[in-house]
Amino acid sequence: MELLMILLIGIIFSVSTYLILTNSLLRVIFGIIMLSHGAHLLLLTLSGFNEGAPPLLGEEASVYADPLPQALILTAIVISFGVTAFLLVLGYKTYKAHETDKLDKLRGHADE
Amino acid sequence: MSLLHLLVLSPFILALFIPFLYKWFRNVHTGWFILPLPVLLFVYLIQFVSAGPGLGFEPIMETVPWVPSLGINFTIYLDGLSLLFALLITGIGALVVLYSIFYIANKKDEPLNNFYVYLLMFMGAMLGVVLSDNLIVIYVFWELTSLASSLLIAYWFHKEKSRYGAQKSMLITVTGGFAMLAGFSLLYVITGTFSIQGIIEQSQVVIESPLLVPTVLLVLLGAFTKSAQFPFHIWLPDAMEAPTPVSAYLHSATMVKAGIYLVARFTPVFGGTSIWFWVVSLAGLITLTWGSISAVRQKDLKGILAFSTISQLGLIMSLLGLGSAALYFDVAEEGQVYTVATMAAVFHLINHATFKGGLFMAVGIIDHETGTRDIRKLGGLMALMPITFTISLIGLASMAGLPPFNGFLSKEMFFTGVLDATGLEVFNMQTFGLIFPVFAWIASIFTFLYCLIMLFKTFFGNYQPEKLEKEAHEAPIGMLISPIILISLVVIIGLFPNIVSYTLIEPVMNSILPGFQFDVNLYHWHGLNTELFMTLGVIVFGSLIYMNLGRWQETYFFLRERDPFNQVYDRGLDGLITGAQGVTNVQMTGLLRDYFAYMIVFMVGALTVTMYWFDAFTFAVDPDSMASIPVFAAIIVALTAIVSLSLPFIHHRVSAIIVLGVVGFLVALLFVVFRAPDLALTQLLVETVMVVLLLLCFYFLPELKKEDFKPRFRWLNLVISISVGLIVSLIGISTLALSDTAQFESISEYFIENTYELTGGKNMVNMILDDFRALDTILEVLVLGIAALGVVALIKMRFKGGEDV
Repeated sequence: MELLMILLIGIIFSVSTYLILTNSLLRVIFGIIMLSHGAHLLLLTLSGFNEGAPPLLGEEASVYADPLPQALILTAIVISFGVTAFLLVLGYKTYKAHETDKLDKLRGHADE
Repeated sequence: MSLLHLLVLSPFILALFIPFLYKWFRNVHTGWFILPLPVLLFVYLIQFVSAGPGLGFEPIMETVPWVPSLGINFTIYLDGLSLLFALLITGIGALVVLYSIFYIANKKDEPLNNFYVYLLMFMGAMLGVVLSDNLIVIYVFWELTSLASSLLIAYWFHKEKSRYGAQKSMLITVTGGFAMLAGFSLLYVITGTFSIQGIIEQSQVVIESPLLVPTVLLVLLGAFTKSAQFPFHIWLPDAMEAPTPVSAYLHSATMVKAGIYLVARFTPVFGGTSIWFWVVSLAGLITLTWGSISAVRQKDLKGILAFSTISQLGLIMSLLGLGSAALYFDVAEEGQVYTVATMAAVFHLINHATFKGGLFMAVGIIDHETGTRDIRKLGGLMALMPITFTISLIGLASMAGLPPFNGFLSKEMFFTGVLDATGLEVFNMQTFGLIFPVFAWIASIFTFLYCLIMLFKTFFGNYQPEKLEKEAHEAPIGMLISPIILISLVVIIGLFPNIVSYTLIEPVMNSILPGFQFDVNLYHWHGLNTELFMTLGVIVFGSLIYMNLGRWQETYFFLRERDPFNQVYDRGLDGLITGAQGVTNVQMTGLLRDYFAYMIVFMVGALTVTMYWFDAFTFAVDPDSMASIPVFAAIIVALTAIVSLSLPFIHHRVSAIIVLGVVGFLVALLFVVFRAPDLALTQLLVETVMVVLLLLCFYFLPELKKEDFKPRFRWLNLVISISVGLIVSLIGISTLALSDTAQFESISEYFIENTYELTGGKNMVNMILDDFRALDTILEVLVLGIAALGVVALIKMRFKGGEDV
């Protein structure tokens, strides 16, 4: 299972890198969203999957899934959500101000 | 804090008051306030001069701690060598200040306060260089002299040539100074002390160190750039844009001798090694010859004097190099012969300061009274300016090495030194020794030649008033005092050379070559020896060339005034700028894509190399430790992969947003599969909000166009992306495999066992977030808050269009 997940994560990383290298601001933001998915799954995978119960003590199981990476990912999801939301609005405003979302046209002033 | 410390610091202290004195006493020339200081210092220093043979004083050492923890102390060391330089600095300083009072007298709008602040700064820095014992302190004062010199060269900063000259001298001397600092650091590494006297005691350690060659070269680089040695001499002719008192003081008598001082000071450390001997003496010899040949082509009087200074500095430098051979024999009988060269160097140092200072002042007078320094416009000034003529005649005769002036004596001793050097049987001198007298003789002919040119073109021939800006007449007496004093010294030392032999030269020799016995006795008539015939040859050949001057003055070589090495410097500087611009233009494209590519390629490369280097790639995953693959999990993974892969091919904005949402929901499903209920909930929620947000925003956006990359970029992007995925996967697999081999107990066991006892909650993930690791959560809330504020601010902002967002 872990190896399968690693393969999937590799694909997600490749896709997000490809999107980040494109010329459209929208695609770059998509790429960043995908990158955070990949990172979250990687966090979960590298802690290893056991056949245990969800980390709820009420389950009275003998083996539980590792709770620590779950807590870390939860934090990461919220932070990447905040950052992505800001990026989206920034991209929107950039388009409004410059009327393009092509990155090669957003090059600042000649004297910079 | 001794009186000697105060002596070094006093010019700086006085400089602080100059602006006020300038402002409050507008009718009094500011120079009068300066004049007493160098006079006082000179009078104070002269008491250390020894009265008779063998009565040299014990060196004085006074320490004031500065950064004692690093071994950096403001230590004053006064011995014969420092004393000679300090006397030159204060003595000529006083004369130059007096001269400058009359030189810049009638120009009411000159910023005199600037001039004297810079001059005092220079004087203090120079005294600091020659009187300090600590290498770091020397370096600090050394750079201060460079700074003050540049400020003085650019005194008339509205002229472009002044700024060019100042920049050039700054760049060259500071480069050398920095190399010297590196050399000093190496010396500290070798000996463990910054004190020069401490290093001299360990000179054997230095000589046997493997770092000897780089140390010598770096220290000498500093000395050569400062003393305008070949090929770093090019800044000195351009420094002639400075006011003439500055040229006389800095660029003939004091600053350019800082390098000479350094070489003399380090001779007890490095002397006796072949690298020191060859580098110092050869650099000096080449500079001597090149400078004297270049001086002949100059049309500007100060240009001639600049190259003549370069050439004379080369002479002193080569003599110091030759004299250092004496240390090879270590006080034995054979070594005594070569001390003559050192003696000649010291003697010529004194002589040069006297006649060159006088000549510069005479040129300043000519410039001041006629309005030009061009030898093609001047002529016939002998009758009009008799005193200046006399000063120049004596100065030039001394420079050319004619009896009975002091230049003759030092030139004879110079010839003796180079002839003795041919008898040297170490350092390959048997093969190359002959170049010394030959080069020296050729250089002397050209020296004689440019002295003749200066004298005859300026004072003889026809007076051409129509070419001059002013009616030529004799200078005011105040301006003549300083050159008259200097030229009197030329005559006095020339006639009675022994007044400097025991008082000045012997203590200096004791500093440069410690432990030797000297026979410092200077006299005119050495008998009919080779040196005398060489001098006669110089006079004959020099006169012959001068008589035929018209014939080869028209040649290409003589018409070009600028030194060819200037081209190297100018092109080098231009090349540096265009090269740096080129590099910047290549990498700084302004495209986000390129910067991303640099970062990603670097990261992937660094990771690959590191992993490969430490042999950390491993695929030995134990299949038993892996979880099994349920069918539904495999289906979800496959779906996620397919949907993700389709994302780059979608060119429709709504579809793209929906596909992105699908990926998010599939990730939530994966969280369910891996028994993470809280994650699944959050992911679902976040993904929903995100999709709504995307739909809201990009409803207003244009269609996603098909990417119109150049094909090169498309393939490159593909390769980069695949390599990122590959390296992430490989590192992931290696991590799994390595975590199998290194079995550490997970900290999570603690949470599983203690959550209920410690917190009273049963949801472990929530308890970690709110209780065990609540600080993360607080800050994460802060992140969300800041993001929300940012979003609000962005939306509220009104753009007119065209701004950078």
